[in-house]
Amino acid sequence: MKETPLSNCERRFLLRAIEEKKRLDGRQTYDYRNIRISFGTDYGCCIVELGKTRVLGQVSCELVSPKLNRATEGILFFNLELSQMAAPAFEPGRQSDLLVKLNRLLERCLRNSKCIDTESLCVVAGEKVWQIRVDLHLLNHDGNIIDAASIAAIVALCHFRRPDVSVQGDEVTLYTPEERDPVPLSIHHMPICVSFAFFQQGTYLLVDPNEREERVMDGLLVIAMNKHREICTIQSSGGIMLLKDQVLRCSKIAGVKVAEITELILKALENDQKVRKEGGKFGFAESIANQRITAFKMEKAPIDTSDVEEKAEEIIAEAEPPSEVVSTPVLWTPGTAQIGEGVENSWGDLEDSEKEDDEGGGDQAIILDSIKMDTGVEVSDIGSQDAPIILSDSEEEEMIILEPDKNPKKIRTQTTSAKQEKAPSKKPVKRRKKKRAAN
Amino acid sequence: MAEPASVAAESLAGSRARAARTVLGQVVLPGEELLLPEQEDAEGPGGAVERPLSLNAGARSRVRVVCGPGLRRCGDRLLVTKCGRLRHKEPGSGSGGGVYWVDSQQKRYVPVKGDHVIGIVTAKSGDIFKVDVGGSEPASLSYLSFEGATKRNRPNVQVGDLIYGQFVVANKDMEPEMVCIDSCGRANGMGVIGQDGLLFKVTLGLIRKLLAPDCEIIQEVGKLYPLEIVFGMNGRIWVKAKTIQQTLILANILEACEHMTSDQRKQIFSRLAES
Repeated sequence: MKETPLSNCERRFLLRAIEEKKRLDGRQTYDYRNIRISFGTDYGCCIVELGKTRVLGQVSCELVSPKLNRATEGILFFNLELSQMAAPAFEPGRQSDLLVKLNRLLERCLRNSKCIDTESLCVVAGEKVWQIRVDLHLLNHDGNIIDAASIAAIVALCHFRRPDVSVQGDEVTLYTPEERDPVPLSIHHMPICVSFAFFQQGTYLLVDPNEREERVMDGLLVIAMNKHREICTIQSSGGIMLLKDQVLRCSKIAGVKVAEITELILKALENDQKVRKEGGKFGFAESIANQRITAFKMEKAPIDTSDVEEKAEEIIAEAEPPSEVVSTPVLWTPGTAQIGEGVENSWGDLEDSEKEDDEGGGDQAIILDSIKMDTGVEVSDIGSQDAPIILSDSEEEEMIILEPDKNPKKIRTQTTSAKQEKAPSKKPVKRRKKKRAAN
Repeated sequence: MAEPASVAAESLAGSRARAARTVLGQVVLPGEELLLPEQEDAEGPGGAVERPLSLNAGARSRVRVVCGPGLRRCGDRLLVTKCGRLRHKEPGSGSGGGVYWVDSQQKRYVPVKGDHVIGIVTAKSGDIFKVDVGGSEPASLSYLSFEGATKRNRPNVQVGDLIYGQFVVANKDMEPEMVCIDSCGRANGMGVIGQDGLLFKVTLGLIRKLLAPDCEIIQEVGKLYPLEIVFGMNGRIWVKAKTIQQTLILANILEACEHMTSDQRKQIFSRLAES
C-alpha cells in the first residue's frame, strides 16, 4: 500500500509547534519515550517497546567453520527485518532504501565497535567457531526504529546463553543445557544508538523523533555510544549542515541518555535473572498484558496524592474497634444453628451445611453431637444433590476454627474437607465458610 | 460480561444457530449463525412441532430486519462476518424488526456510499483530483463537484490540502468517487478545510461514538475552549483552536477518550477547566 501522504496543514502545524518547543505527545525536547523491555522464555529473546515502536530480538548460535582469513574468531551476523505489520507502507519488495540504511548502521554500531569478544567464540582454531546470529523484527513503526533496534540487539545478546563446550586435546565435547548450564557471551560494552532529528535547517533539534516528526524533519543525526562515553558510530543523513558545537552538544546529550538506558537495561536483565533463579514465571505471557476488546484499558498515570483531604488511616484510627460478640448458639432446626448476631438466614431449608457445635454445656453438646452424627450422612447426600452450588472457584478453603479462649484461627485446607466434616470431634465450633460442590 | 471461551465452545460443539435475542451484548465470532425472532418460534424445541395445516402456509408474517455492519444474510439467517459485540436497535416507528449490527474495533477504513470523510489531495490530473481517504484506492473528485464551480471558475485546491466530502460511488468493484456538494447543489459544510489546525487518526469506533447524538464528550470539549472540529468517518479528525497548546490538548483528549471511563474524563475536564 502506498504511504499515507502528509497533508500541508499537518506539516505546517508540526513545524510551528516545534518552533514553540511543543511536541505532539507533550514531551520535552530531550525526552525519550517510555522504554519497556520484556524477555521470552528462551534465552536471547526479548521485545523492546520505545513508546509504540516495538522490536523483537532473537539470538541463536551454531558451530561452523571460521572464515579463512580469521581462523580464530567467531562470526557475527546481524539482520533487521521490517515486518509488514509494522506499517501499511512496508511491503515485501518496497522498503529497500530504509532497510539497507538501518542494517548498515546496526552493523557498524555492533560489529565495528567490537562489543562482543569474538576470540572467545573460537572452539577449535581453524575448524570450529561459534556463529552468533542476531535477528531483529520490527513489529510496529512509530518512529525511531534504529534506537529501538540497537537496544533490542544488545539486550538480546546480553541475555543469550550459548551451550558450554570443553576441549581436551583433540576431543571437543558439546554439552546440552541439561548437562551443563549454558554460558553467557562475553560482552565488553553496550553500544546504544541515540537519534537526533533536525528541523528548519538545523535550528531546532528533537531527541527520539516520533513517526510524524520524522516525516517533517530535515535531517537525522545518529550517535552510537556506550556508558563509558566512547562514541562507537556517528552518522548524519539528510544533507543538513551541522555546526561543530551542535555535534558536540548532541554527543553530550547522547552520553546522558545512554547512561540512563544502560541502567534500565541492566535492571531489566537483573530482574529476569532473579525471577528465573527463584523459579517464578517468566516469559512473554507474563510480562505482556492481555488486551481485551470488552474492557477499558489505560496506562496508569501518576497521580499526585499530596493534597488529599482525608486518608483512610486516619479514619481507621479514629473509629472504635468492633465490638466482640460472643453468645451461645441457638438451634433453629436440626441441622441449622446460629451463633452470634447476623442477618436472617435467607437460604431457608436449603441451608444444611451451616451447623455448629456448642461451646460449653455438656448436655447440649451431646444432643448436638448426635444430631450431627445423623445429619452428617444427610449432608453428604444433599451435598451431592445440590451439586451446582459453587461459591468460589478457589481451590483453597477457608476454615475458621473458633477456640473458646483464643481468637479465630484461619486454617486453609487444600482438598475436600469431607473427612473433617464427618469426623465427630469435641473441638468447639467449626464453621465452614465455603461449600464445595464435590463433597 | 462477555465470555468468549464459552461462546466458542458452544458454536464449535453443536454449530447450532442461536437466537439473536439471546446473544445481544455478547461477543460473537465470524461464522456464527443467528436466528431472527420470527424463526425461533418456527424452529422451536427441536423442530418437532405440530402445526395445524393452513391453506395459506407460505404467507408467514415477515418482519423487516435491517442487517448492519458485520452481519450478512445467509438464507433465512444472519451470518456474523466480524468479531465484536452484537447490538440491536428497536425501530422508532412503524413496522420493521429494527437494526442488528456488530460493534467491532477497526482502524482501517472501507469506503461506504454516503459517508462523510476527510481526504488528502495527492494528485491533480486534468479534471479530477485524486484524494487519499485511507482505503485501498484513492478516490476521485471532479473539480466541478464544488459549490459554485464552473469550467471557468475552478476551485482553489492544491496537492496536500484537506477535503471534507461524501462518497457517491463506493463499492468493492469500482474506484470510489466523492463530491463536495449535496444533492441540492449546496456545499453544506463540505469542501476544502482551512489551512491551520491538526489532523490525527483514531479508530472508527471512536468516531461513531463521538458522532452519536447527545455525545457528552463533544459538549464538554466545547465548553473548554472555542474550537473548530471536523470528523471524518474514515477515522480522521481535524481540530483547530486558538493556540497550538490548546489544539494539542484537544487532540490528546480525543485520542484518550477511547479508553477512559466517564468519571476519569470528567476529572480531566475539571482539571483543565481550572488551569
